[in-house]
Amino acid sequence: MRTASSALKSKDLLGIELLTPEEITLILDTAEGFKEVSERPVKKVPALRGQLIINLFMEASTRTRVSFEIAEKRLSADTLNFAASGSAVEKGETLIDTAENLVAMHPNMIVIRHKHPGSPRMLADRFENISIINAGDGAHEHPTQALLDAFTIRERLGRLQGVNVSIIGDIKYSRVVRSNIHLLTKMKANVTLAAPPTLMPAEIEQMGVRVVHSLDEAIEGADVIMMLRIQLERQGKLSFPSLREYYNTFGLTRERVRRAKAGVLVMHPGPMNRGVEIASDVADDPKVSVILDQVTNGVAVRMAVLYLLGGAHAGGSE
Amino acid sequence: MNLLITNGRVIDPSQDLDATLDLLIEDGTISRVDKRIKSTVEKIDAKGLVVAPGFIDLHTHLREPGQEHKETIATGTRAAVAGGYTAVCAMANTVPPNDERAVTEMVLAEAARNGWCRVYPVGAVSKGLKGEELAELADLHAAGCVAVSDDGKPVYNAQLMRRALEYCSMLNMPVIAHEEDANLNEGGVMHEGFFSTLLGMRGIPAASEETLVARDVILAKLTNAHVHIAHLSTAGAVDAVRRARQDGVKVTCEVTPHHIALGDDALQSFSTNLKMNPPLRGEAHRKAILEGIADGTIDAIATDHAPHHFDEKNVEFDLAPFGIIGLETAFAVCNEHLVRAKVIKLPRLIEMLSCGPARVFNLPGGTLRAGALGDVTLIDPDAKVEVPREFYSKAANSPFIGQTLRGRIVATIVAGEIKHGQ
Repeated sequence: MRTASSALKSKDLLGIELLTPEEITLILDTAEGFKEVSERPVKKVPALRGQLIINLFMEASTRTRVSFEIAEKRLSADTLNFAASGSAVEKGETLIDTAENLVAMHPNMIVIRHKHPGSPRMLADRFENISIINAGDGAHEHPTQALLDAFTIRERLGRLQGVNVSIIGDIKYSRVVRSNIHLLTKMKANVTLAAPPTLMPAEIEQMGVRVVHSLDEAIEGADVIMMLRIQLERQGKLSFPSLREYYNTFGLTRERVRRAKAGVLVMHPGPMNRGVEIASDVADDPKVSVILDQVTNGVAVRMAVLYLLGGAHAGGSE
Repeated sequence: MNLLITNGRVIDPSQDLDATLDLLIEDGTISRVDKRIKSTVEKIDAKGLVVAPGFIDLHTHLREPGQEHKETIATGTRAAVAGGYTAVCAMANTVPPNDERAVTEMVLAEAARNGWCRVYPVGAVSKGLKGEELAELADLHAAGCVAVSDDGKPVYNAQLMRRALEYCSMLNMPVIAHEEDANLNEGGVMHEGFFSTLLGMRGIPAASEETLVARDVILAKLTNAHVHIAHLSTAGAVDAVRRARQDGVKVTCEVTPHHIALGDDALQSFSTNLKMNPPLRGEAHRKAILEGIADGTIDAIATDHAPHHFDEKNVEFDLAPFGIIGLETAFAVCNEHLVRAKVIKLPRLIEMLSCGPARVFNLPGGTLRAGALGDVTLIDPDAKVEVPREFYSKAANSPFIGQTLRGRIVATIVAGEIKHGQ
């Protein structure tokens, strides 16, 4: 029998950039089945029984960490949560030494969140027999976020091809936007980015996107409006003059949503800065906002990723 | 020391010489370059080899004193002779920095004791490399410094730079400028462009270098002093130097082998051996550097040999220190990417490795004329070399490991003495 894992080329999920459209579709299709599992009275399947997954979170996270942990538990894996605070990282232990020590305890997979781009790749190159899953590396990639966004769009609109997606906000420091651009352009959706030029990274048009500097221009004709969090912790004082001015020029308000296409979806990867990039009456409006659907779907998508990669370690028990 | 080198292809760009000749070194000095020299001294048969003036590196970090875990004067100069260098200019950013005579004398004494080639110290421009007040420039010069630089960082204060240029013009000593505006860098770790965007890494814009190059050629013009631009890496910087030179400004410059050979697309591997400052730039910048080499704007190739310990580089890209080693691979890398790639011919490469550096810093050597230092490099430009994992340098932070290149250093001769090879 052809195992499911053989359909993903790599042992790791480091970024959407490295996936083919077929692999993306496979993950999304697999996630549909797992979404159903989460709606059962007994929300558990034995797919990864006996496998150890370490969640190595070197940077703060609510949604992603919890979502991975729930996904792992629903697949019957043994899980271990490692947080940098309270660990020997605080004594100066390096990432490689930390990882080497964790690997000595024979995990099957490591889910890593780290503030430095390329950290998951560094581990993936080093540990040949362990699947590394990128749960966000600096401003580089956040592949499971893009997958759950795509799952949500596909669930609501029935397709990805030809869908007009406008992504608005802190493009420069966002890993979510990079993974989304890779995914959406591979699946032939149309991507528009909007931000002040100070939050737009160099030569991003080369990624196959349209760049505008007006919120109204970005939402005109959009099927999906994806708002990005202003990463207050990463900003100097030079990207824009004030939060007030940012909200006035790029904040998504009810008036602005009214001017968008009927049936437009509003998304946000969280955590939200209410009243900075998005108004509460938009974020909380069930007619347009799918923000909590994204969170629900995140579990199913992560189950699919873990399942497809975990098959490599299952030893034919499936 | 005496040595006769026979039947080699003698290339000496300082006198437009390219012919099959013998070369005789007596008492450490070149005494004759001629056909069929008869002598009873030790002989090297250089048939099929190129005989060039010994290479001179304008930009070497020997790390001693203070950072001997990275490199020492002994290991750094051993690496130098392995790369065909007979002299290196040792940068001032040691611990403590070379900002006073005692440090200069220590470097020279250690080089005399344990060095494999000549070492020309470069002094600091400012006390403690702090960019606040001038170091004792005349005293450094008298102690043996051949140039001054706060390399590793720029001289931000334009007035201090102006005064350094003026003062050094009295000493006939160049000021080496490391051009980088850290405000524009915003903590950048690689070139700002498409690839920094793709990889989500903070960028160092070309403008960071170009704004300071522009300032310093203006200050060189104002003071009629000699400014030497270190490790120039952008199209705008090449252009600024070219135009200033046409205006008669005393500006010279160097480029590194890695900026000749590599571009920022390579960083997709996230290898910390591709992290250096200035960073690897985009293809348009690399092409502009090649044009500057071909049209003579670039005076010298300098390695910016920057050894770091394995542990220091074995971390996340953001956390790794800037810099790579270069002494042992410089010739082969440049031969591959300049001569074999048909950008220039071999004599021009040899000029940028020997005569050019000697002229720029007014150093002895860089020529095979009778009476010159007996510093000679023997090269087999067609021989394949595979870049090893371990080097004569203490460090191994090279992006060229595993590459097969052409151009082997067969022997390095300092004052008539074979220091490397045969």
